[in-house]
Amino acid sequence: MKTVFVTGASRGIGKSIALELGKDYQVVIGFSNSQDKAHEVVEEIKKLGGESLAVQLNIEDRNSVDQAFNLIEETYKHVDILVNNAGITKDNILPRMKDDEWNDVIQTNLTGNFYTSQRAIKKMIKNKWGRLIFISSVVGISGNQGQANYAASKAGLIGLSKSISKEVGSRNITSNVIAPGYIETDMTSFIDGENRENIIEQLSIKRMGKPEDIANMVSFLSKNESEYITGQVIPIDGGLTT
Amino acid sequence: MEVSEVFEKVKGLFVEELGIDSEKITMDAKLEEDLEIDSLGIVEVVMAFEDEFEIEIDDEELADVGTVGQAVNLLQSKL
Repeated sequence: MKTVFVTGASRGIGKSIALELGKDYQVVIGFSNSQDKAHEVVEEIKKLGGESLAVQLNIEDRNSVDQAFNLIEETYKHVDILVNNAGITKDNILPRMKDDEWNDVIQTNLTGNFYTSQRAIKKMIKNKWGRLIFISSVVGISGNQGQANYAASKAGLIGLSKSISKEVGSRNITSNVIAPGYIETDMTSFIDGENRENIIEQLSIKRMGKPEDIANMVSFLSKNESEYITGQVIPIDGGLTT
Repeated sequence: MEVSEVFEKVKGLFVEELGIDSEKITMDAKLEEDLEIDSLGIVEVVMAFEDEFEIEIDDEELADVGTVGQAVNLLQSKL
């Protein structure tokens, strides 16, 4: 059975991806702080008859990423499918943005995914099969007020993924980016009332997205049936970016 | 380790990792021209060398390696 590693999988979109992929693969739940929630996801997958394991990792720290992969490889040999989902926000308008706010978001959302991807790709090259799936954001395509750091990090993932797709395509490894729009998670829970109505008004599909809308695409991209799709950016946003 | 012994191990890794015809693998064989190994293939064999011989090979050391013989000599110098 193939092994999938989903970073930031204790809640939100990552959790939904982990539960969906738990139907087909052994799922490793990556978490940074929410140990209890991560173990709940593991239990939920097991209850549905799947195999799962939670590993703590601070994605911004290469040593922590290495340790997490060592642990995974002790139990499941190697990661076949890497879902780079972990990310943070530290919003501020540019004139007020502190160096720390910029650096922390870039380090976690972009550099952290470089660490995980580099570590995973070596085994994928050896196995001549692999899937890299990056969870970016429509903000990485369109930009957003108060999110220069976040948008830059999410746009950076697009360049990273496209480059990887060209380097390793000959080894049956694909790399793609999913760009979610407004999805109902903790990260977007501050959007309510009139703001929420205004957002929905801009969409072709008149509702906020669900984490499952993302998980379904991740599931498809993880499979052999998607082998001719690589280096792409797939917005899942109810028509926001048409 | 003797040069011949290193050569046999290297030959084994090329066959195993990259599926190269063992008859083509001689000390003089050029990696890219004769064995048709691409840059990713070089990375694969380097990773295999590192695991097999428990060594680390820097990019600088690889710069001068163009033939099987040069790879064998590099590895032998590190053992």
